Order: sequence, then structure tokens, then C-alpha cells
Amino acid sequence: MADDAIRCDACPVLCYIKPGRIGSCDRYGNADGQLVRLDPHVVLERAVSRGETVVPFLEKSREWSGALVSGEETFVTAIGAGTTYPDYKPAPFIISSEVAGVDMVTVVTEGIFSYCGVKLKIDTDRHLGAECSIVRSQGEAVGHVTTNEYGSQMLSLGGVRHLTGGTRHEGTATCDALLNLCNRKAVELKIDDGATVVVQADKAPIVDGVQEERMRVGCGSATIGMFAKQWFGKVDDVVVVDDHITGVLSEHQAGKLLGVPETGIKLKGRRSTPGRYFRVAEPGTSWGGTNIDDPLSILAPFDREVARPGMRLLMVSTTGEHFAYFELDDDLHPKERQLPEVLRESVARIRENCEPALCTVLFMGGAGGSLRAGVTENPVKLTHSVRDALTRVTCGGAPVYVWPGGGITIMADVSRMPEDAFGYVPTPALVAPIEFTLKLSDYATLGGYMDHVRPLGSIQRDADTRRRLGARPDNPWPLAEKIK
Amino acid sequence: MSTRAQIRMLPDGCRLHMHDGPIDLIVEAFGEAREINAAYNAASSRFVQVLDELCAELIFLRSPARQNGPLPTGPIARRMAEAVKPYAAHIFITPMASVAGAVAEEILAAMTSNARLSKAYVNDGGDIALHLANEETFVVGMVEGPDRASLFGTTTIRYGDLIRGIATSGWRGRSFSLGIADAVTVLAETAAMADAAATVIANAVDMPEHHGIGRVRACELAPDSDLGERMVTQSVPELSQREIGIALERGLDVAKRLEASGLIRAAALNLQGEMRILGSERCAPSENISRLLWSPAHA
Repeated sequence: MADDAIRCDACPVLCYIKPGRIGSCDRYGNADGQLVRLDPHVVLERAVSRGETVVPFLEKSREWSGALVSGEETFVTAIGAGTTYPDYKPAPFIISSEVAGVDMVTVVTEGIFSYCGVKLKIDTDRHLGAECSIVRSQGEAVGHVTTNEYGSQMLSLGGVRHLTGGTRHEGTATCDALLNLCNRKAVELKIDDGATVVVQADKAPIVDGVQEERMRVGCGSATIGMFAKQWFGKVDDVVVVDDHITGVLSEHQAGKLLGVPETGIKLKGRRSTPGRYFRVAEPGTSWGGTNIDDPLSILAPFDREVARPGMRLLMVSTTGEHFAYFELDDDLHPKERQLPEVLRESVARIRENCEPALCTVLFMGGAGGSLRAGVTENPVKLTHSVRDALTRVTCGGAPVYVWPGGGITIMADVSRMPEDAFGYVPTPALVAPIEFTLKLSDYATLGGYMDHVRPLGSIQRDADTRRRLGARPDNPWPLAEKIK
Repeated sequence: MSTRAQIRMLPDGCRLHMHDGPIDLIVEAFGEAREINAAYNAASSRFVQVLDELCAELIFLRSPARQNGPLPTGPIARRMAEAVKPYAAHIFITPMASVAGAVAEEILAAMTSNARLSKAYVNDGGDIALHLANEETFVVGMVEGPDRASLFGTTTIRYGDLIRGIATSGWRGRSFSLGIADAVTVLAETAAMADAAATVIANAVDMPEHHGIGRVRACELAPDSDLGERMVTQSVPELSQREIGIALERGLDVAKRLEASGLIRAAALNLQGEMRILGSERCAPSENISRLLWSPAHA
């Protein structure tokens, strides 16, 4: 049609909707020629589907749960709600709703977090950099390498020192990296004297241009333990190459118990306990997170008293990604041969048992500061209320972990939050959604802005400014369970 | 029959919520459990037919009402045509002016003809049809506008009052208004009558000489609006006390005429914090918060 209006066929009224307008139901609109259900301020619908930014109507219209009438169905998030800046204003939305007969109030605001950062867990065995190494984005220091966990390298990015304690560039680069990571976008990070890694929430890391496929099944020693039985009788010895703990079947307790005879194999590196070796090579991005490309480089000559020609040796990495099969020649030198079919299966089994490698991004921030003043005139009472579990804290409707001790320091998995939930201010600081949910009576007790409490129903009026998302089924419903 | 319709009990276990396209009803019946159950079943069975039935005659229902024109075929459409007929000779009005009230009435009728209820209501986005058995009463609260949940008054409706319909209209509401009233609430014999009258009175609360009022052709906002080229209110600037008074009196004049001809029983007109009440003996200061008001979200 000439005027760009579209016909909505979500119901038989068949509204003819102009661009930027909504239909007679207040629920479907014409956004740039697309029929959508929308909009910016996010209201979570407790629906069956996982939330998408905008729900195209044909896909989900039949699941649409109708009007928003109860707190048991609708939760108003802080995403797009606006902020309380300069802090003493009441939070932009203080919503009351009835949940199972109890009046609940949710105070929602977009908090400006100067004290915040992300904790990254990168599933990889590859060596990304030494502990404490600086992590850079756009050439600026934005964080550091912290501990190596089981199958994962942890990075800590952001924090007030990078955001505000360094140069202007450092702060901006840090804020930029945090914002993108929190909004589940890809960010390239360069580690001093280490790897360049592309990180994106819920996606596999890309280390020095190579996408990580899978997480290790376990350390080298654990891999021996898990697969010893499957190797027994099919091969004389197995070495699982691992930068942390390399395992050797014939010496390992698992091999001993099965009765695997000695093979005279000798490994470089430091023997920890029988069949478990530390530091067989230097850390790297090759076999089992070491720097070796030739697995034989970690072996010393075989013990001529024990070894005999024809012995079969499998060398494999902790993900099954690298493997090689050898047989000893008459001089007891390992010669590479094609991997026999019977062993191919066990290598495949290691691979199968590896979970897909992912990056996970936890947002961490301190809400114990002035944003509390948007909730109550007596800020410390909010802290106590959170501490006493009378108040539930959520980020964009996603559950958070509240650190014990003082303040309101929270961690939330950005993958469980709606898309693009974060913003920034040029301070620089991150803007993150935060909601406090508590009983109306408790809210009154802690000095809440009772005259600003609005019923949930009032929010629904301006439907064209709200974005309605299906709540994720794996998140606890923020209003669902009784709060103590 | 519609497969779009969604029908479920609200979490309180008492009220029934029914939704289909632009129709959104909150229903509550009072009486013996068995009877309530029968009433809700009847309401549900009828509800799933409503939207398709209306849409089948949508062109007719969006056309100006004529005093002696043909009648539509559907029972709800007939209620609509009946409710707007008294206005047809005098002003522009289409049967759509009473659609919400007529739907509420129809569902209520389905319930009361299939169950013995002490009382019941069907709330169609603020347009409410009531059923009262002997001796029963409803306490109804009134709000100034859809964005303000505080009550400015309550009124008690008794069996003996010839009031079974309540409706509210205003430019802030879900439907377009030609006037500037924030909310006009009307009590009338039936919900469809109340709905039509609230629309008419809200249209009359106006100040055409004020150029600051934002008005847009209805068809520019919604090409298929029954209001066509008519200018509908999109914004109202802050008015002086004198202007508020003039606009409210214009609405009140119309309300008085409607009351005199038996089309309404009472009305409350709101504009920027000022109020005029017709049949003021009905309204008491706010005391009880009626459930009626808390259930719907829309005007």
C-alpha cells in the first residue's frame, strides 16, 4: 500500500496499521514495515518461549498469553527503565503486583556502575598467558589473567581501577570491552606475552585465530583413569599429553590395577606421583595446552631392560584433538604408524566426552552505593534487607549471586539476561539493570517511596513503549517463589 | 470458533480472564461453587465465538448509525446498534461506540441464563456489565484516569437501582476520543448504553477554540478507524481553570440531556483534576477499594 501501512492478521479485526502505530489490541505494531510485538522497556512475560528481542508475530502469536494482569505472569525489568540519577530521586518504576495474595513491590532502575567488571571463563586448555599478565583491548589494559580452572582459563576484566584509575583511553577501552561482553558481543583480547583470544558469551573462544572446539575431558591423569579399561589389551601404553598433568597408563594407578605391564617408557618433566607428570613441556596452544607439535619430544629413550620391539604406544591430548600411534622398532625407537581401528574408537570417545568449549561472562558490580537511595530514603536498610533475603535482587530478571559480607556486590550471568541489557555513560561507567523485589509491607518498613508505588496495571497502559519478552524458562521467576 | 482465544483463571482462583485479539475480559461470578462453575463454562463457550462474530459484520458496525436503518444479525451487533440508535438522528456515531459494553453484556447474559448467581460482573477493559440478585449490591470505585489508580469516589449499586452497566471513556483511553475529558464514567441501565453514552459525553467535553490541543485525523493514525477524517485528540495542554470549567460544563449539558431522556443514570466527568458529577447523591468519598477497579488495566 502506498502509505506503508500493513495489515495485521493476528486476529480477525485485521487492523491496518501505519508505521510507528499499534493496532487496536495495543499489542501488535508496525515497526518499519514489520509487524511486531514490542518495545524498549522490557517486561518479562512468563511464557514458554525463550525471549527474543522482538517477537515476530507469526511464530509466537499463538503462545501469546494475553493481557498482563498479574505479577505471576509479568515482571517489569529495569532494562530501558531509566535511572535515578542524581540518585535521590525515587527509582523510575516502583511496581506493585499481587502474587499469591501477597502484595509485592519491585523497584527497578538502571544502575550506573563505576565499580563493576566481568569475570570471564574461557573453556580451553591452550595457554592464553601467564597468571597476572595484562589483558588488553584496543591496546589498553582492561584486566588481567587470573587462575586456571579445570579446563578453563579465567580472566578478570574491568574494575574501578581500569575504568577510572588510569588514562582516559584506558577507561574508555575498558568500558567498551565490558559493554560489548555484557551485551554478548565478540571482543578481541590480547594478553601480554600470550595469546590473542576472541571472546563472546555463549560462543567458543577463538585462540590465535583458531576456534576452540571442545573442553578437555579431564586432565591427563584423569583421562587415563576414565579410559584405562577401554585401552587395556589393545595397546601397550598410552600417554595423555597435558600441560598440567600428563598421564601414563602403564605407570598410573589405573593401569596397575588392571595389570598393565611396565613398558620402559620414560617421560621428561617432573614426576609427581606414579604415572602423573608435571611440566613435560612449556605451556602453549598445541597438544594438551603445551607448546609441542611433536609428541615424541616429551619422551626420553625407552628403558632397554624393559621395552621390546613391536610395543604399541598411543599418545593423545586431553581433548582427543591431537593423537599419534607408534610402534617400537628393533632399536626401540617409536615409529609412527596408522592408528588401528580399535584405538580410533577410544580417541573418538575422548572427543565425544568433551563438552563444547564456551566463553561465559559474569557481570560483577557493586550496588551498595548511591543507587540504593532510589529505593529507600534509608539506604543501609536495603543492604540489610538483601542480606536478610527479604529482598530479591535480579538483573534484567536474571538471578544474581549476592556476595556475602558487606555491601550489595552481585554477579550475574549475562547469558541469562535479555539481549542488549547494558548501556554505558561516558564517565565511563556501565549502566546495568537491577531490580529489587520485596513484600510491599517490607518496602514500607525500610522507608520505601510508598507514594511512588504504581500498580503493575498502570505500566501496561503505555504498551507501545514497552518491550515484552518471554521469560527464560531456566531462570527462576523473580516474583514466583515466596520471599522469606 | 476461535482458537486464538485464551481463557484461564486468574491466580486468585476466583476470577476468569478471557482474551482474544483486542478483547480482554475479567469475569467474576458469586454464588454456589457449582453455579459459578456453570457460569464460567457458559462464559467461555460464548466468548470463543465473539470476535469472529463481530468481525463478520465489521464494515456495518464501523458505519454511521442510522435511526431506522437495517439491523445487523449477530446478537452482540444488535446490542451495539440498539445502544447507539438514540443518538443517530443527532450526531455522528457508529455502533463501535458501544462494542465493549455490548460484549460484556452478552457474556454476562450467557452466564446468568445458565447459572443461578447472586451477583456477577463482566469487565471489558473498564466497561462493565453487572448482574445483581435481590438484596445484593456492588461497590464501585472510580479513577480519574487510566494512569492513576487512586480512587476519587465510590458508588454503591443496589438491586433496586436500574443500573447494570458502567463505562468509562476519555482521550487517554484505548479508543480515540473527539473530546478532551481525561475520563467520563457513566452508570446506565445496560453496559452497552453506558458505553455509548460515555463516548458521547467524553466527546462533548471539549474546547474547540483552544488551538493548543493536539488533534489528528483518525484515519491518519488508524486507516480503518470508524472515525474516518474526524479529528481525534492526541494531546491536551494544561488548561486554565476557566477553560476546564467551560469544557466540563459542555459535557455536563449533554449528560443532563441524556439523563433526562433516560439514557443514563449518573455520570462523573474528569478533566485535569476537576470533576463534575451528575447524580451526585450516588457518590460517596473513597472508602473501599473495589475489586472491580483493580482487575483491569485499561480504561
